[in-house]
Order: sequence, then structure tokens, then C-alpha cells
Amino acid sequence: MHQPLTQSTPANLSDIDQPPLLEFDHVGLEYPFEGSMRRIIEDVNLSIKPGEFVSFVGPSGCGKTSILKMVSGLNPAPIGEIRCRGEKIKKPLKNVGIAFQNPVLLPWRTTIDNVLLPLEVVQPYKGEFKQKKAQFLDMAQELLTTVRLQDFQKQYPWQLSGGMRQRASLCRSLIHQPEILLLDEPFGALDAFTREEMWGMLQKLWMKVRCVGILITHDLREAVFLSDTVYVMGPRPSNIVHTVKINLPRPRNLEMELSDEFNHLFSEIRRHIHHN
Amino acid sequence: MNIQKFMRSKAGTFVLPFAATVMLFVVWELAVLIFKIPPFTLPSPSKIVQASIQFTPQLLAAGWRTLVTTLVGFALAIATGVVLGFSIGYSRLAYLTLYPLLVGFNTIPKVALVPLLAVWFGANEIPAILTAFLLAFFPIAVNVALGLDTVEPEMKDVLRALGATQVEVFQKVGWPHTLPYLFASLKIAASFAFVGSVISESVASNGGMGYLIVQASSSFDVPLAFAALLGLGILGIMLYGFFAVLEKYVIYWAR
Ligand SMILES: Nc1ncnc2c1ncn2[C@@H]1O[C@H](COP(=O)(O)OP(=O)(O)O)[C@@H](O)[C@H]1O
Ligand SMILES: [Mg+2]
Repeated sequence: MHQPLTQSTPANLSDIDQPPLLEFDHVGLEYPFEGSMRRIIEDVNLSIKPGEFVSFVGPSGCGKTSILKMVSGLNPAPIGEIRCRGEKIKKPLKNVGIAFQNPVLLPWRTTIDNVLLPLEVVQPYKGEFKQKKAQFLDMAQELLTTVRLQDFQKQYPWQLSGGMRQRASLCRSLIHQPEILLLDEPFGALDAFTREEMWGMLQKLWMKVRCVGILITHDLREAVFLSDTVYVMGPRPSNIVHTVKINLPRPRNLEMELSDEFNHLFSEIRRHIHHN
Repeated sequence: MNIQKFMRSKAGTFVLPFAATVMLFVVWELAVLIFKIPPFTLPSPSKIVQASIQFTPQLLAAGWRTLVTTLVGFALAIATGVVLGFSIGYSRLAYLTLYPLLVGFNTIPKVALVPLLAVWFGANEIPAILTAFLLAFFPIAVNVALGLDTVEPEMKDVLRALGATQVEVFQKVGWPHTLPYLFASLKIAASFAFVGSVISESVASNGGMGYLIVQASSSFDVPLAFAALLGLGILGIMLYGFFAVLEKYVIYWAR
């Protein structure tokens, strides 16, 4: 599951030829609307390789959140299928981590206990939680240190700022070393400065785990900064109208935002959103 | 001394209500003196204290009985309310079948049931226990159901995506999230149970504070009736205070 951290090489893992972890095969979605069915997602076909970070951008209501729900297995795809390691997703996968715009930390737990939550639920950690508590605490502390929350482990969520809560929520989504990380507009509620700070932290966290990342965002710079591939969705009923590969080296930093290549990629995505 | 600061201090929250109570009694005492109100209309606080001392054994016995009756009814109400609340909160079937019934039942003034309860069970503590129970279980059930219903869906998604079972979601999120709602209802329900048992005692019973007040009033021993009222006030504050303090310790995390 762990890739060696070869940060100097162009770290775009999707370039290396290996079987996909996730495959979208003619995925569609419809919901009942005023007596008939309304098509939300028309036909999505794509595949995501292990260790690849992808973003979905597109107009509001085009079905981005629905895609996450289908991948997680919370609402399996009703039309077509999504496969994880070749197996159709029919019920909640266990090897995923999720973070939403709302950090939903549990107010009765301290920051570190919130981060530990997945280990109390997911096997094999769950079975050995008591014996390995010390080791798990170290894991949680390491993650919290990465996002500079080491001094807030014993605080309760209401004692943290919005950005700090979101950082804790990211740590929680990654502590159990998931194979797939699902992020639904995780920084949408934060101010611009905090948001850019979060990109760097998320990248750092993700590079430790190197799982598949799927990010929903409407911040196109965020998508370019974090992704290996950006999928642009059209308006409802939606398709993938454009795919952009981002080959910037990792770890990426905020200076790269000023580079020609970054801005070129940004405007390419921007153009395709506007032309629909 | 800064008044604003004092009102927000810890001492202020104790001293001010206490001072207000003392003031009330002083004004009352003076009013009775000045307007020469006869004791069988409105006894002065000093007369009430006198009666309390004179009838201490009766008051203690009646108070004890009312307390026990209230607590037994209240315990039944907690058990029933929590079970009902969870059924309604978790089962669509229970929600559809039980909820309208409960709401309908709750609109019946429970006092109206006391005579019937006395016919079925006799003039003893059972109707009082049942009245306490009937008044108290509804707010508990409703609040528990509300607590379960207000768990953020995203929080459930986080756990379900990890493969958590329904039971685990309940343990990790549903139950703790419901606790503040439960405790808020316990404070109210304790007062309701108390009202229920006293009402029942005064309509059909053979003991307890309600019974004592009816007895005292019908023999025009108004100071004793007031002493009993005072005792009820103290009991009520103790009940409420107990659950308020318990709440502070159990759900310290809910601001
Ligand atoms: N449970 C549901 N029932 C009916 N319609 C839904 C439901 N969930 C989402 N939709 C519809 O599906 C569309 C896509 O929703 P969503 O995936 O949340 O969009 P996005 O995240 O891209 O803004 C919206 O038009 C929404 O109204
Ligand atoms: Mg959405």
C-alpha cells in the first residue's frame, strides 16, 4: 500500500503503467423529479490509478457530491458501475476516508480522540485498539504535527478555529491509511489565506499516505495545485467535458502558482467551464 | 464594586437569588403586619416557620412519601421515555404508529385521569406514581427522538463509509449526541413528575404533601398548608438542582 516517497522524480504516479484502482464504467445517475426521472449524470467513464490525485470541477448541481457518494458506496451507482480493484461497488467500502466542507468533529471528544475515531471502527485496528493504543496515539500525534496542531491535541473542537477543525478532520480521514480519500469541498468555508495554507498541509498529509485522492472543489487553482488529473464536468445531465493532466512536480508550493505552466493549466480548465 | 462584573461572577449567581428570596419574605412579613391580615387568610413567614417546627415529623413523613412517589414515577418515565424515544427516532414504523398516539395522549390533561386511577388502584400511592409517570415520560421521549434525529448526516456518512454497523454509529455518535437532549428533558420531566404526584395526592390519596395540604386547608390550619407548600418548593428546587448539577458533570462538553 505504501509507495516509497520519491519526491525528486516527477511524482505523477498515473504515468507509471499499473492497473487502475477505480474504474467508472458508463456511470449514470437519475433522481425522481415531478413524477418522472430526471437525469443528473449522463455517462461518465474514467479510471483512477493507485496513488493518483484527481479533482472534479463543474457547475453546481452537476452531480459532484453524488459521484463521491457512489464511489464511497454510501449510494452505489444506479446506472453503470464503479469498480474498485475490479469489483463492483455495492455497499460502503471500508478503506476510505472522507472529509466534507463541514468538519463534523464530535464535540465530546478532544482533537486527538476525534482523530483516533476511525481506528475504533475499522479492522484490523479496531481489534487491537486496546493493545496498540500507545502506537495509535503516536500515529495521531504525527498527523497532528504535520498540520501544526500538536499543541491542540487535548482541546475540544469548539476551542479550535474553523481552519484548525478542518485540519483535524483531514487527519481523521487519513489515520487509518485509507486507499481512497474523498474530499467534498473541504476548504469551501475557509478564507482565501487559510485555504492556500490548507493546500500545502493536505498535500503533505496525502504524500505520507499516497492513496487515491478524489477532490471536489469549485476553486480551480486548488484543483490544479493538488491534482494529477482534473476532470471538468458539464452542466446537468453531466458528462466529463474535459480532462487535464497536471504534471507539475511534487511537492508543489505556492510560488508555482505564479508560473506560466500553472496559469496555462488554470486557464485551460477555466475555458472549458465557461464554454458550457 | 462594579455591578456588571458582580452579576457575571460566581458569587453573584448565588447571592442575588438568595437576597431576592429574603427580600420577598421581609416584604411579606411587613405586609401581613401592616395590613393586619389574619393567619387563616395569609400567614406571615414567621408563622409558617413556627408551623414548620411544630409539625416537623408530619412534614418530613409527607415530604418523604412525595419524594419517593415522584422518584419511582420519574424512574418509570425515564425508562419508558428513553425506549420510546429511541424507537421513534430509529424506526420509521414506530414513528408512524406511535408518534400520533403519543401526541394525542399528551393533549389529555392528566389530572382528569386521577379519579379513574383511584377507582382502579385505590386511594394510595399507586395513582400518584402513575400520574407522575404519565406527566413525565412524554418530554423525555420527544427529546430523545429529537436528539437522534439531529445527528449531522455527514457525521453518519463518515462512520458508515468506514464500514461501521448501525450499533457502532449509535455508540459513537447517536447516543452521546442525544445526551444533552435527554438531560434537558430530565430537568423538565422531574418537575412534571413532582407536579403529577402532588396533584394526585391532593385528589385521591392517603398521604404525601398534596394530601397534607388538603387536610390542613379543610381544617383551616392555613399556616401548616403554607409550611407544606414551602416544603414542596424546597423539594422541587432540590430535584431540579440535582439534575442540573448531574448534567454539568455528564455533558461538560456541551456548552
Ligand atoms: N436524494 C436526492 N433526491 C433527489 N435529488 C437529488 C438527491 N441528491 C441530489 N439530488 C439532485 O442531484 C443533483 C446533483 O446533486 P449534487 O451531487 O449534490 O451536486 P453538486 O455536488 O455537483 O452540487 C442536484 O440537482 C440535486 O438536486
Ligand atoms: Mg456538492
